[in-house]
Amino acid sequence: MIFNLLVQGLQMMLVVAIAPLLVGVIHKMRARLLRKQGAPLLQPYRDLLRLMKKEVVLAHNASWLFRAVPYMVFAATWVAAALIPTFATGLQFSWSADLIAIVALLGSARFFMALAGMDVGTSFGGIGSSREMMIAALAEPAMMLTVFSLALLAGSTQLSTVTHYLAGSNVGLRVSLGMALVALVIVALAENARIPVDNPSTHLELTMVHEAMVLEYSGRHLAMIELASALKLVLYLSLIVSLFIPFGVAGPGDTIAAHLLAVVYYLIKMLGGALALATFEVSIAKMRVFRIPDLLGAALMLSLLGTLLLFVSRSL
Amino acid sequence: MPEILELITTDAARLRSAPVEHHKITKHLWEQAAGDTARGMLTLLSLWATRGAVHMALMARPNAPDEHTRVGVVSLENRRKSFPSVGRLHPPAQRLERSITDLFGLSAEGATDARPWLDHGAWEIVNPLGKATARHTPQAAYEFLPVIGEGLHQVPVGPVHAGIIEPGHFRFTGQGETVVRLEERLGYTHKGTDSLMHGASIERGAKLAQRTSGDSSVAYGWAYAQAIEAALGHAAPKRAQSLRAIMAELERLANHLNDVGAICNDAAFAMMLAQCSILRERVMRAAHNVFGHRFMRDCIVPGGVSVDLNTDGRAALEALVNDIRLGFEPLVHLYDNNASILARTAGAGILRSDLAHSFGAGGYVGRASGRNFDTRRDLPYGPYAKLVFTVPTRSEGDVNARIWVRIEEIQQSLGLLSQLLKSLPDGDIFAPLPKPKEKREGLGLVEGFRGDVLVWVGLDARGHINRCHMRDPSWFQWPLLEAVIEDNIIADFPLCNKSFNCSYSGVDL
Repeated sequence: MIFNLLVQGLQMMLVVAIAPLLVGVIHKMRARLLRKQGAPLLQPYRDLLRLMKKEVVLAHNASWLFRAVPYMVFAATWVAAALIPTFATGLQFSWSADLIAIVALLGSARFFMALAGMDVGTSFGGIGSSREMMIAALAEPAMMLTVFSLALLAGSTQLSTVTHYLAGSNVGLRVSLGMALVALVIVALAENARIPVDNPSTHLELTMVHEAMVLEYSGRHLAMIELASALKLVLYLSLIVSLFIPFGVAGPGDTIAAHLLAVVYYLIKMLGGALALATFEVSIAKMRVFRIPDLLGAALMLSLLGTLLLFVSRSL
Repeated sequence: MPEILELITTDAARLRSAPVEHHKITKHLWEQAAGDTARGMLTLLSLWATRGAVHMALMARPNAPDEHTRVGVVSLENRRKSFPSVGRLHPPAQRLERSITDLFGLSAEGATDARPWLDHGAWEIVNPLGKATARHTPQAAYEFLPVIGEGLHQVPVGPVHAGIIEPGHFRFTGQGETVVRLEERLGYTHKGTDSLMHGASIERGAKLAQRTSGDSSVAYGWAYAQAIEAALGHAAPKRAQSLRAIMAELERLANHLNDVGAICNDAAFAMMLAQCSILRERVMRAAHNVFGHRFMRDCIVPGGVSVDLNTDGRAALEALVNDIRLGFEPLVHLYDNNASILARTAGAGILRSDLAHSFGAGGYVGRASGRNFDTRRDLPYGPYAKLVFTVPTRSEGDVNARIWVRIEEIQQSLGLLSQLLKSLPDGDIFAPLPKPKEKREGLGLVEGFRGDVLVWVGLDARGHINRCHMRDPSWFQWPLLEAVIEDNIIADFPLCNKSFNCSYSGVDL
């Protein structure tokens, strides 16, 4: 019990601590692939520190919601991230909430973010919010269907149970799992505002999605949002690695040494994920806004097919 | 009564060597000229005013193979404070007319759009080139054109942008993501170039001209030198002409390389920009090493050039040409084989061919929409008549076509540079200008990387500039951008905009 609580605490701290580093690694890798020097790996930490020290500039007509949303978004994302069995399945909170709760937490965060985007009434915020909701309307069902196909396979929506089951040797190669993986990767790209859906490093106001929503934020508010975005990236990457590369995850009864080894494995997996993401991003252009539904529709269909295939194979 | 076409008689050889004749015409003929440009029989090259007159530079394209492209200037003296509007019949003239009204206080009779253009109400004087009176009443707020319909919303963008670019205001009216109308509001980089030119010496004028639009320093410098040399009936030495062409091609190379990368970067394909930037930087550094300035500013002076090319410089440029040729080929391949970037550029921002022709859109904007015109070929100057090159054109008119015209022009420029370096004549690089003994006028027309840059110069008897009018190619490209984005989605605007890459500074003067 106490040990589980400690593991849970370590996991929560770990995801927040490595979130800016993950962003730094992606930036560095991207810059190197583009034959540039790139900013130092620790730059995102410095940026957060700088934003924390700066004063907050608020629009005259900003409501309480506008000020509260950064913290709400950060809190919801953090709680969701705490539920992912990054390196250990024996997490204390893991039994109180399942994959559907994670989707719901992220959904609420997005809902408030979109509201905040429209709060001040600038046109860019409205554009960003409307585009974000268009993407969400397709990404969320795809995510839910992926959850269902995993739940059907493992017999539970508990993430720890699913990971434990997938880490077992009796799973083998399954078509449904492959489809779920592709669907989840597409959803992760869309949810984290990465290329080809959105461009996190653009300065073009008219093409932004996520950045347009947060255009009016400054100071510590912006720092919270930036950290929440980084955390969300960690969350999705962890979700993918814990579900589809589950080796080296410590179980509930394992020793402290096994847990520490699991942390190392986890960090290596995350590094691999970050490098893969950076490589993917430099080799592809952003999609036309109205083509994004096609991409997310593909994710939706894949996850649906995966679920259906499971039903069919069960009944046979 | 003569037909207006009969007045447009100056061919390339005469344009480049002698003062331009301006034909004083009647109001009736002026209106006829406006009608002819609207019907597409003539191309409007520019419209400007001097004290007491308005002038139109016109171009007639050949109808038969043995004919040549001809240009001419027609002038209408105006004793009253107005002249018949050209923009009423021929929309490309509208912004030029509004500028004339702002600068000279002459109004265009029957103009459909009488709002100010360059004057944003921040000048302390009104009509600085005309009566130049102090401003007493503040200017009325600028009214954007009304857009009426259900579910429309406005998106104002600029003049301060998130990126480091020139300032300009774009007022989008959209229905959801679809753009119903875009209206541009420019003039934020107004520097009063026209006023500064008045009374300036020829040398100072050259400096001002090369600072009108920084990325086209060479094109402006050459066009201005051409206008001065034509006005004085003076020819720059052969070697100077070839050196000018080398500089012009280097400038084209650097800008096109930058554009190809930057357009792809606006579709978040950063790899292209990173690689193209390396090549562009090599061109810029070579220009710095050989001519002493990255943008080759002030290298062209009326009468010749100010820097010579030595053997080392020649070898360096030959090496550069090889370097770029080897380095650029894989990038073309990269662009042409990446489905994700082609999905963005192909079919996006289509400019109709008839619009490109009617506006006389120069450079890649016109050539990507089937307007087959290049000053270097059709009104040859300097060494271009003796050089072998083709003018790439496309008919699709989309972003992809504008990229491809640039890619092929890069290849042509590399070929031109090789030829120029091989056949560089010996001799002087500067021949002192003679003093004019009377008022003189000259016209220069040079193909910059954006299109044809026009410079018209009026000299007084002491050899000072009385009036210098510079018309950037972007005057006729900016309005087309408004047409291109209509019915397109708002998120594709940056891509279309970058594929036009119009100059702000060049049109704000």
